[in-house]
Amino acid sequence: MLLQQFFAAFGRYLQLMGKVFSIPERWRMFFRQYIKEMAQLGVDSIGIVLLISFFIGAVICIQIKLNIQSAWMPAFVTGYTTREIMLLEFSSSIMCLILSGKVGSNIASEIGTMRVTQQIDALEIMGVNSASFLILPKVLGLITMIPFLVVFSIAFGLIGAYATTYMGVITVEDLTSGLLYDFNQWYVWMSIIKSLCFAFIISSVSSFYGYTVEGGSFDVGKASTNAVVRSSMLILFADIFLTQLLS
Amino acid sequence: MIEIKHLYKSFEDKDVLIDINAVFEDGKTNLIIGQSGSGKTVLMKNIVGLFVPTSGQILYDGRDFIGMTKREQVLIRREMGMIFQSAALFDSMSVLENVMFPLEMFSDDCQADRIRRAKFCLERVNLKGAENKLPGEISGGMQKRVAIARAIALNPKYLFCDEPNSGLDPKTSLVIDELIHDITQEYKMTTIINTHDMNSVMGIGENILYIYKGQKEWQGSKDQIMTSTNERLNSFIFASDLFRKVKEANQ
Repeated sequence: MLLQQFFAAFGRYLQLMGKVFSIPERWRMFFRQYIKEMAQLGVDSIGIVLLISFFIGAVICIQIKLNIQSAWMPAFVTGYTTREIMLLEFSSSIMCLILSGKVGSNIASEIGTMRVTQQIDALEIMGVNSASFLILPKVLGLITMIPFLVVFSIAFGLIGAYATTYMGVITVEDLTSGLLYDFNQWYVWMSIIKSLCFAFIISSVSSFYGYTVEGGSFDVGKASTNAVVRSSMLILFADIFLTQLLS
Repeated sequence: MIEIKHLYKSFEDKDVLIDINAVFEDGKTNLIIGQSGSGKTVLMKNIVGLFVPTSGQILYDGRDFIGMTKREQVLIRREMGMIFQSAALFDSMSVLENVMFPLEMFSDDCQADRIRRAKFCLERVNLKGAENKLPGEISGGMQKRVAIARAIALNPKYLFCDEPNSGLDPKTSLVIDELIHDITQEYKMTTIINTHDMNSVMGIGENILYIYKGQKEWQGSKDQIMTSTNERLNSFIFASDLFRKVKEANQ
């Protein structure tokens, strides 16, 4: 029964994606929506990404220094480990999990409210492909912005690590040598590639839950929660496969 | 002209519409009336294509809407305007942007002409000066008028109104009714209004279709209602004391 429900929902999701990925009726309107979504989903998320990355970068540095660094360990361990954690997991996967809460609930509640207030019906009556008009700019907008958010997150995580040098946790020289030690540029690309997949999951899954809402405001709330939970779960599953595939 | 032939609609094993046949003529305000749950909204959603009928035909000036491809249906939909019960204005857009939306999507006119047309439509519904307000900043009656302006922006051939007076005071309801009636005659549109507002029925009902438990029970004009002997129709129309007295006075 559960499996049947899963496949039914997956089928509806694929059908919706089929409608979403069609040529926009008016490129002018599409670009207007696309820019609006980049601002709403991407630019408006920069603040929270920078804030969280800064503090997590600092905390990782302190924790590594306190728990791993010892007389038997080389001085670069703290910087090296902080960099690897930020690059490989935090700035792509964990940051996208956080964004699935902020962006995912925003998308699901916005589209869900449009559904229950008949705004989507109004679009359909006008002859507009509502799925493509509403969802495609969101998906492409978030996919466009996510690499910038990842790079900002990495940068601010490392700045956070440097901030701990003012607290005397680690010296600037030790941290710098660790951050530069055995640097593999592919890890940055890997992080960006993973985040692109996660951005698609967040935007498309949240849009699906919003678009298929039936009922009233209570159901919009439920759809919003479902969107966050399901997209977070899918991000975690996808993370395993992508890490294995790209490493 | 819109013709409905042998229309059936079922949800799982529940028959909601049973063998509906009707003709809605150009330049007339056609009303669909009936009790809550009688199938009025389902009928309208079938006519505009938001639901797919179980069987039957819907003809737009002779063009079979159900038998068309999706692409052809979209083209017919661009000849439609609809006013929803909740107005269904786009919250994030101003009044002017709402009216301009269908023009931006489907008109090849330049931006200046689109703005001119949208402002003309707003003036037509007496909303000059509200262009820059958001839907949340205007009253329910004004929202309905913006919805009318948006619906007529592309000069539609068919206008659908789902309970346009819902939630409005009697005076504003009259204004909306008269506006819809005037616009229908002005643009020679085929207008279908879903309502259970008896003031609308008596005021602008040129062709009235009464639905009872998913079936067509009666069809006629507002004048014919006064002399109708259909018991179900009479018990619905003359449920209030006021309308009973009007009927008695007429007789």
